[in-house]
Amino acid sequence: MPLDLVLQNPAIWRGDQYAKVAVESVPTGFVELDTQLPGGGWPQAALTEILTNQRGIGELRLLAPALVRLSHEEKWIVLVAPPHLPYAPGFESLGLNLARMVLVRTKSDAESLWAAERCLRSGSCAAVLAWTGAGSQQTIRRMQLAAEEGKGFGVVFGPTRNAALPSPAPLRIQLTADREKLQLQIIKRRGGGWAAPLSLNVNRSQRNRIERAATNIPGIYATPTRPSPRLHRLRQGLA
Amino acid sequence: MLWVCMHLSDFSLQLWLQGLRDPGPAVITTGGNRPEVLSCNPPARSHGIAPGMTVSAAVALAPDLIQRPRDLVAEQHALERVAAWAGQFTSRLSLAQPDALLLEIQGSLRLFNGLRSLLLHLSAGLSDLGYTATIATAPTSTGARLLARAGMNSTVTEIARLEPMLAGLPLILLDQPEETTHMLAVMGVHTIGECRALPRDGLARRFGQSLVDELDRALDRLPDPRKPYLPPTRYTARLVLPAPVYETEPLLFATKRLILELAGFLRMKQAGITKLKLTLHHEDSKPTIVKLGFAVPSRDPQRILTLLRERLSGLELHGFKLPDRVEAITLVSEETRPLGSRNLSLFPEDRLPEEQRWLIIEHLRARLGVDAVYSIASHPDHRPELSWRVCEPGRNDLEGREAASPRRSSSTAAPPDSLSTAAPPCSSSTAPPPRSSSTAPPPRSSSTAPPLWLLETPRRLQILDDAPALDGPLTLLTGPERIESGWWDGNDVGRDYFIAEDTSGTRCWIFREHNSTSWYLQGLFS
Repeated sequence: MPLDLVLQNPAIWRGDQYAKVAVESVPTGFVELDTQLPGGGWPQAALTEILTNQRGIGELRLLAPALVRLSHEEKWIVLVAPPHLPYAPGFESLGLNLARMVLVRTKSDAESLWAAERCLRSGSCAAVLAWTGAGSQQTIRRMQLAAEEGKGFGVVFGPTRNAALPSPAPLRIQLTADREKLQLQIIKRRGGGWAAPLSLNVNRSQRNRIERAATNIPGIYATPTRPSPRLHRLRQGLA
Repeated sequence: MLWVCMHLSDFSLQLWLQGLRDPGPAVITTGGNRPEVLSCNPPARSHGIAPGMTVSAAVALAPDLIQRPRDLVAEQHALERVAAWAGQFTSRLSLAQPDALLLEIQGSLRLFNGLRSLLLHLSAGLSDLGYTATIATAPTSTGARLLARAGMNSTVTEIARLEPMLAGLPLILLDQPEETTHMLAVMGVHTIGECRALPRDGLARRFGQSLVDELDRALDRLPDPRKPYLPPTRYTARLVLPAPVYETEPLLFATKRLILELAGFLRMKQAGITKLKLTLHHEDSKPTIVKLGFAVPSRDPQRILTLLRERLSGLELHGFKLPDRVEAITLVSEETRPLGSRNLSLFPEDRLPEEQRWLIIEHLRARLGVDAVYSIASHPDHRPELSWRVCEPGRNDLEGREAASPRRSSSTAAPPDSLSTAAPPCSSSTAPPPRSSSTAPPPRSSSTAPPLWLLETPRRLQILDDAPALDGPLTLLTGPERIESGWWDGNDVGRDYFIAEDTSGTRCWIFREHNSTSWYLQGLFS
């Protein structure tokens, strides 16, 4: 009997499969990631933990398509204690509806955790992104319960060393940056199973422009140099 | 016509004790040199205190007695407030001094589903406010007043039934001078029924027409007009706490009474409140003012109370303790907006009602402060620090914006100290590229998409081998994008922007000033 016919037997479970769980989700916008997530997207009514050591490698752009979709509905998108000032034209260029975005500035970790939990529990926030500091298991658990109650999509950002600690969040993803792509490793998801690391290109639109720019200008920007004033004037004459 | 009279017995005492959950023995005194007890509450009565005895005797009987002289002005105000609160049941209100209210409710019966339901609402609302009252219903206002004064919680809907009920009531309940009732008592006439049995003209000649008229008015033989009460446009209430409090919970208990009155007042006006001011008066320090704002007008007492609780506990969080014990609170409605009632629909709505969406914003603001919750909107300007504004959540159009704080505009001044010096010939003489300082802001269809994060102040980068470096050498990916702008308000900017990548893969937005060799980190892509 050919092997693939044997494997089609539903009684056989293959090691790289995971149970398809029916979970209400928002499509992530990246097809490769959707296939690896239970429910085919970011889980609603649940907390997602995103662990990354470096800021600014693409964690927000990863969430961007889902946030854009959610921002055109009735509920709020809340950013609690963001690490830097959010730049409005940047968010607008992603397509996010700024009228639904709310930023919360807090003075301490306790306040951020309280605010995130309160927003999730209220049920009027479609997504809550929280940059809380060292959150203990208890606080993550409380946020998870709040997300379940309010049916919101909660995201907690943390450092990579938390990956070794157990956490009650149903979805945990670790991010590292490759040269131009984002390396994703799903540490934990509903349904279990081991997920192969993904390499996603979140800066799609930028990438094309980089290539364009690289061809326009002679190789002066491949090596970081300070352009001399004379060269500066020359270039301006050319452009 | 159907009149309801609410008689608040011992009104001064009730008014004073409404802010306390479990008051101990308390008396209202006459004041003056030898104060006497005017009225006392049940715990005081159980100690043996009775109206008429001197206060010193009363204190001897109950050492933990709290006392207060009678304040007629406060009583009058409180009665008016209760009348305004009762305006939610009917628009025909009248004050029956000094401690009763008259409501004409014939027109409201259908809205409240019948007399019994209306009376239940009324009594439940009054007990929520902290008052106990005798509520009597009669076809005439005088008749209702007599019944309520007698302490009978009866409901009479026909005149025929009113007569026998009034017959047994003592004459002292009438609004007649004491000598009249005294003389009638000497004659052996003690009840209203006996008085009515006497010949009318004889009574009128001896005791005045007013006695006969009052009896006639009670039984609908004469018209009984009452002066209508018009509630004020603003709600102002002051409650003196029986015992000075320090903690939040007793304070909120007292405030709840006022908020319930406010809710009734708002329902009467068909309005919702948008700005509220609560003043806490201390014994020795300046009063503490707590202001609450609502994005959507509301008259839900629970919501107001929750926000107030959050605000008070938020005050404690930030290390701000109440400077002294609170001895009185004042609640003022500063701004109200019309708010209609909601219709009950046949099918439940899936959409979130507007009010509920704002609930979480108000909640966060009450706890963390008004400035801690905000939204952003973009602003047409080429300079990145000024191309965005802080605005109210949900109102990201141009009108709802505030200018960026002065701190931000000073941050543009911080790096370009060199710009204020004479511009070197290379940058000023050349024609700037068409993007900068043009009147119509072009769409940001530049070769780069803007970053998502901006640093508060641009961070200066160290230079390693003639190249900028963050945690390692940075590779420039795109650029330069020249921005020269802002000569009109003094924060002029002349920079070349590049997108650079770190060794760890972080993408940043850096710029170099035209006139200096320093590189700065402005933002992060993410």
